[in-house]
Amino acid sequence: MTRFERHREHFAGLLVAAIGGSAIYEGAQYGIGSLTEMGSGFFPVMLGAGMILMGAIMALMRPAGPGHGTQAPNWRGAAAIVAAVALFVVLANRAGLAPATFACVFVGALGTRETRLAEAAMLGAVVTVFAIVLFRYGLQVQFPILRGVLQ
Amino acid sequence: MIETGFLGLVHGFSVALEPHNLMWCFFGVFVGNMVGVLPGMGVLSTISILLPLTFSMHPVAALLMLSGIYYGAQYGGAICSILLNLPCHPPHAVTCLDGFPMTKQGRGGVALGITMLAAVIGAAFGIVQMIFMAPYIARIAFSFGPQEICSLMLLGLLAGATLAKGSPIKGIAMTLLGILLSLVGTDVNTGNERFTFGQLELSDGLELVTVSLGLFGIAEFLKSVNAVKPEGTTSVRLGFRDLRPSRSDLRQALPPVLRGTVIGSLCSLIPGTGPTIASFIAYAMEKKISKTPGRFGHGAIEGVAAPEASTHSAVQGDFIPTMSLGIPGDAVMALLLGALMIHGIQPGPRLIVEQPDIFWGLIASFWIGNLILVFLNVPMIGIWVKLLSVPYRYLYPTALFFVCIGVFAARNEMFDVGATLVFGAFGYLLLQLGFEPAPILLGFVLGPRLEENFRRSVLLSRGSLSTFIDRPISAVFLGLCVLLILAQVYTAARSKKPPIKIPEAAFD
Repeated sequence: MTRFERHREHFAGLLVAAIGGSAIYEGAQYGIGSLTEMGSGFFPVMLGAGMILMGAIMALMRPAGPGHGTQAPNWRGAAAIVAAVALFVVLANRAGLAPATFACVFVGALGTRETRLAEAAMLGAVVTVFAIVLFRYGLQVQFPILRGVLQ
Repeated sequence: MIETGFLGLVHGFSVALEPHNLMWCFFGVFVGNMVGVLPGMGVLSTISILLPLTFSMHPVAALLMLSGIYYGAQYGGAICSILLNLPCHPPHAVTCLDGFPMTKQGRGGVALGITMLAAVIGAAFGIVQMIFMAPYIARIAFSFGPQEICSLMLLGLLAGATLAKGSPIKGIAMTLLGILLSLVGTDVNTGNERFTFGQLELSDGLELVTVSLGLFGIAEFLKSVNAVKPEGTTSVRLGFRDLRPSRSDLRQALPPVLRGTVIGSLCSLIPGTGPTIASFIAYAMEKKISKTPGRFGHGAIEGVAAPEASTHSAVQGDFIPTMSLGIPGDAVMALLLGALMIHGIQPGPRLIVEQPDIFWGLIASFWIGNLILVFLNVPMIGIWVKLLSVPYRYLYPTALFFVCIGVFAARNEMFDVGATLVFGAFGYLLLQLGFEPAPILLGFVLGPRLEENFRRSVLLSRGSLSTFIDRPISAVFLGLCVLLILAQVYTAARSKKPPIKIPEAAFD
């Protein structure tokens, strides 16, 4: 059992309590008001208090047994997926639908070791063609296909 | 009451049989059946991906299609469980226990045939139940004031958070988080901006698809990438003829199907206990009342028939609280309700009267959709089996693109795609910490109405919280909340062991 697994419930409780705490901090600035005249902050503060309570219970409970379904993160896969979406965000408006789609699928596909470069490129190309036909011509999504070259 | 039900149904068929609606219903069940079979794809992520597509559609067609995905996936999920022992669809995890042994004995086709039969019977019962119960429940709810609605929502959220999978405390924490997320944006009562941190894009609040695709799309991909092993299906060859169960199979399977159906329909009425829990209860009960419990786990046909019937009747019954009260029982229903709200339709008891096209059209489409599914599955079983071998490494990059374009298309805002990525990473952290993200969606969809009704009730009572206990119906709901919590504390203190060993769902 790794250290993370042993303290997982504590971390979980801490995270929930921290979110609750920030909700109270932020909510208090919107004006809590009173029951007769509720401010915008009343509800957030209430929720935050509830979250702190839940977090406290979780942190105080006995940690769960081992093997509770958590797998070690797969860094290669995670990096590829995050990069794929980020590339789409960056490229879609600047370069157009085709390069953004290709980059997204290509980079995403590289997240597994079994997928070879050529395979990823093939998949990217297929999805790109599909995307142009379906989304640009079919559903009229407002994107140039390739900025400055093809609308 | 029977007459209104009949008239409504006739009207519903006239709506659902319009070519346009029929087409979308077919599309929905087809896609649903497909994602049910595809390993690693879930109902929630599929509905979220297709949700933006429905913004430009007529609300009736949108709802028919999105619901079709939900019940269509149940047909596909059974194939996955029985033939591959892959519980890729939580309600069907328990079907693996006896379905896969049947496949190993060369009776996989019979198991699938019985599954179809169970599905049709279960679904038919669930739909009939909805026809008669939903308008009735809605009529009772007409008299509800903000206090009752508020207490009822609290009960629904609490049940959804604590009865579903995972730790109840964590479920409540996630529900609160969901409500908190729903508050982002401009406060309708005061005009103040809340939790926007100066971001202009956030002043309209977070988009439903941003939250759901982050939590159920990207977070799931992060979890499943490189964890889903490709399966060989070359050994499984099935044709149309193999599906036909023998007379003795039928005789053996019919009583469990009926029992499972009843269990499913009862479970569906309690928020939070959707099809997954129904199927486990049905299986456990079959095993308990069987004269030969030793056969279970070694290919007992009852172990396939009962849970499958209860799943399908619970899936249809799931729509009852959603459509009659506007209180979704699980994350899928929350998404459907969110879809209605995006179309400007206020969910609640008035929906059936004010939007008869939606309610009765939906019910009629259930009949049509289930019929289509049987015709899709019986002759095409061979094709679905082939789909089982599509590797996940091709699926998730493609799905990633659909997530991106779907979120963008919701309101032509690239900011939302970035926000989805943030939610995905956050959702993955939550999964690693053992949280179930589904209650977040429940809280997110119900949050604004909860706050509004809470404020209204306290305003009406001039700042007195006792108004929630003074009104009898509201007090009953709150009493049920207390009972629910006490029951949870009691069971938590008593036992630690689950009653039956469940094959760990690979992805859900």
